This record gives sequence, C-alpha cells and structure tokens, in this order.
Amino acid sequence: MPMTMSEKLLARAAGLPQVRAGEIVTARVDCAMMDDILGPRVMDEAFRAYGGQVLCPERCVVICDHYAPPANIDQANIVAFTRRWAEENGVTQFYESQGPCHQLLAEEGFSLPGTVQVGTDSHTCTAGAFGCFGTGVGSTEMTGVVLTGELWLRVPETVRVIWNGKLSRGVMAKDLILHTIGRLGHAGATYQTLEFTGEAIRELSMEQRMCISNMAVEAGAKAGLIAPDEKTFAYLADHGCRREYEPVYSDPDASFAGNVTFDASSLTPQVAAPHEVDNVFPVKDLLGTRMDQAYLGSCTGGRLSDLEAAAEVLRGRKVAKGVRLYVSPASQRIYRQAAQMGLLGALAEAGAVILAPTCGACVGTHSGILADGERCVSASNRNFRGRMGSKAAFVYLASPATVAASAAAGELRDPREFL
Amino acid sequence: MADTLIGIAHTFGDNINTDLISPACYMERSRQEIAAHAMEGVDPDFAKSVRPGDFVVAGKNFGSGSSRETAPRALKDCRVAAVIAQFFARIFYRNCINIGLPVLICPEAGEIGEGDRLEVDLGEGVILDLTTGRRFSCDPLPPNIQKIIASGGLLESLRR
Repeated sequence: MPMTMSEKLLARAAGLPQVRAGEIVTARVDCAMMDDILGPRVMDEAFRAYGGQVLCPERCVVICDHYAPPANIDQANIVAFTRRWAEENGVTQFYESQGPCHQLLAEEGFSLPGTVQVGTDSHTCTAGAFGCFGTGVGSTEMTGVVLTGELWLRVPETVRVIWNGKLSRGVMAKDLILHTIGRLGHAGATYQTLEFTGEAIRELSMEQRMCISNMAVEAGAKAGLIAPDEKTFAYLADHGCRREYEPVYSDPDASFAGNVTFDASSLTPQVAAPHEVDNVFPVKDLLGTRMDQAYLGSCTGGRLSDLEAAAEVLRGRKVAKGVRLYVSPASQRIYRQAAQMGLLGALAEAGAVILAPTCGACVGTHSGILADGERCVSASNRNFRGRMGSKAAFVYLASPATVAASAAAGELRDPREFL
Repeated sequence: MADTLIGIAHTFGDNINTDLISPACYMERSRQEIAAHAMEGVDPDFAKSVRPGDFVVAGKNFGSGSSRETAPRALKDCRVAAVIAQFFARIFYRNCINIGLPVLICPEAGEIGEGDRLEVDLGEGVILDLTTGRRFSCDPLPPNIQKIIASGGLLESLRR
C-alpha cells in the first residue's frame, strides 16, 4: 500500500512495514532534545521518581538557549542546573550559548532524513526541512522518552502544500510561510503533517526551507516536512555530519488529506500583524506603520541568508533615528561566517547592534524585550500578546528583508523599494 | 478509571488557549495556587464553581498555544473528570493523556448546554446528555491510550 513520507517515517520508527494515518504507534526516538526552559529543570522530579536513568544518553541532546547567556541570577541558576543535569546523567551532547536549539540540531547533524526527533519546544518541527519527523512535546512526555527511548504517536494525515513557480526578488521563504499560515489559519493543520512541495520549495536553500518547516506549528501542524534532495545531503556534508541516514519519500499515489496550491511568482512581501500568526496581510496594506524596534534573529530568521538579505537592503543606508535594530545570528557558527563575510560589519555600519546567538528577544526573556506600547517588526515566529516582552507591545512578523527595510525607514516598508 | 462518568458540563467557546486556561503569571506558584486560577482568563469563577467529577466542554482548538503542562494539570487538580471538545490543539491533547486526564473529541460538543448533566462512557465514546436526553457519539480513545489514562498517566503506565 502506498504511504506518505510522514507514514513511512513513523512506520520505520515503529518497526512496522506499514502504518496508516489515524493509527497509533509506538515510535523509537532517534533524537530527544531538551532545552533549558522546559527540559531538565521541569522534568527532574518525575525523572528521579521513575528511576532517574537516561536509557540512551547518546540519543539525547541538552541545549541552553532560552536563558543563555543569562540576564539575571534566576536564569543563571537554571542554566547551571541544566548543565549539571546533562553532566550527571551522561548526556555529553550539551550546548550552551551556541544559538537556538533547532539551528544547532541542524548544524550538528541531529536533524537527519528518515528519522524521528522530539523536543521540549514547539518549533521542533524545524527538522522537517530535512525530511525528519520533528515535533514538540510536553515535559512529562519527554520524561517518558528519556526513560524509555520511545513514545506513542498518532500517525497524522498529510496535507500537501504546493508552491508552484519561483519567488521574485525581495520575496523570501518567510513571506511564503506567512502567506500559507494566513490561508490555513492557526488551527488549519491541527493533528496533521504539512508536506511542502513544488518548484518554489525545491529552489530554496536549506536555510530558507528551515524557516518554512519551523513555522508549520503556527498552523497547528504536528510536522512540516520537505522531501530531502541534493541540497539536504550537501548541507549535512558541509556541516561535517558523519551519521548515517536513509531518506524516505511520499509515494506518488499515497493518500493525502488535501492539497493546497499557491503561486510563488505572484507572492509579495507579507506581514503577520498583532496578535496572531494567521493575521496576515501583504506589506503594502500596512505600509507606514511606525516601529520602535526591528529584530533579526531566532530559529526562524537569523540564518546566514537572512543576514545577507538584510545587509543587501541596508548597505549604504542607516537605521532610522529612534529605531533599534537588534541582530542575533542563529548560531555561533553563523556568527563567525557572517563576520568573515563582512555581513556583521555591514549591519553594524548601518547602525545595527549585534547580539549573542540566543532565543532571548523572540521569547521575551532577555536581550531586547519590548516596553509598553512599543512596536517591533521581527523576523521571528510568534506575535502573541506579551511574546516579546510587555503585554502592551505589538509584534509584526515579517521577512528579514522587510525587517531591514523597515529599520531603515522607521516604519513598515516593502524591501523591494530598497533593492 | 471508571468507564462511566457522571457530572455537570461547564461550557466554553472556540480557541481557548493555554494562557486563558492557566495564565503564565501563576506558572511559578504551587500546583494548588495554579489550580485556583484555572480558566481564569475566560471564567474567573470557574475554580470556585467546578465540582469534582464535572466536565469541561469546549468548541474548536481547545488548548492552543504553549506546550506548558500547567494548563491540563490545573484542570485535573480541580478534579475535572474529562475534557470534551470539538477538537483540541495537539500538544495540549497529548499533555492531557500523559498526565491521565481523559479527553474526548466530540464534533457536536457545541450542542451541550451550560450546566447540563452528562453521563460519559469513555470506553464506548458515548456522551448522554441527561438534561436534554440527547446522545452524542464520539470516537472512543484507542485501547492503548485508555490504558495510559486508566493508569493515571504516561509515567505510571510505563512503571507498570
């Protein structure tokens, strides 16, 4: 019987020749990621009560990113606890202040085609860009995974999101996913896998594909898959991945729950206005909205190609008076590359402040949180009330190019005017 | 877990997110305090009016947003017997099962009235509205999920 990529991934993890959407399976987890905010410090009590033994430390990764580098003593203590927990429990794959977890998982070769990854963070679906079944779980769930190496999963139906044509200049993957979420709605893909396909997706770099899979959860999806190809394999090889993997693909005659089709060539820059991610408009509808801050960073919009797009817009220009532009590269590796390529210099020259690679501003824990009444245009993934700081602040989600253009203008602007 | 539960329905609308069920500002407090503020974002009197064995009955996309477990935990600590909704946000749904709080997906949940007395058969997936006499059928939870809930949650079921 033909299967979707999603079904094949879970069939393999369950050790079954065949699974169908709707079935509940017990899946072996290839990678279990715990972060500092909802990982060990929340899990520890139950973990100890139920034996306190990590079954497969080599399949676990612990990452301090939400509170690292810490802004206060409480955060510092949480990071210290997390670091100690990893050490005491034999989890040697530990990272601190190296950048948001999902980018690290990709760079370090943990997001592999054909595998299952779970993390205590809802954006674990980022791994879907590699044809990896990545999904977010709660802390009790993760405790079970750490103790047993597996978890139960309902095999989701798959909706194919087909993007035909090519993106035009100044339009990015972020615009594509915002438009998709605007169409599907924030619960439009609940329980489902989204499989992104079509010419526009194939044309995108791995970095830009990660931006798309990252936001699948903003439509309620369990996973946001993209079929692995030469770009996927090259990315892994370029990042020194030596682990073995075996990709799987949807059969042409697999049963899909639906198809949603879009035309990339007519897509224009998009923005998600406060306070829901599906509150999406073309940028042209909200031109001139005044901004106090512009944020370029996170597991959604702080990658090398994002910094490049922003630098292209800002070269020879200055950040508008009264606006703060914060740049947090998505990893320490990207930070170094961007520095070597002169991108950080160009951004700083334009007036940007370069920050550590961290989740800080995106999740409102440190490094650029918003005051009452402030507006921020951000390359990150959520604009819920209170997300980036004050409950009385307003977050507009947009592409890195739109963030840069808006920083230069002091108001929401279409980046294509600047190219 | 007794297969048949009887209690009163407390009804809610669509898109009730985790911040409304369990406001973030109480997350650092004790479990009892968190439970005392359950559903505060939509019904400040909920924790006072709910009785052990009652049901939360909601519309679409119940529990959207954060993966925090304090949301289902607060309902469980209020001794809510089960949560019934037209459909749930995914992580909330799993968190309920993993902490041993029964959940039922009932496409007709919107037709259950506030204060109706319900008889719920989790094994069969049947809700009998004793107030109106109507009968709603839902997909029963698969046996392995029922086993997790009956054990009191994921970790208890793993211990067994």
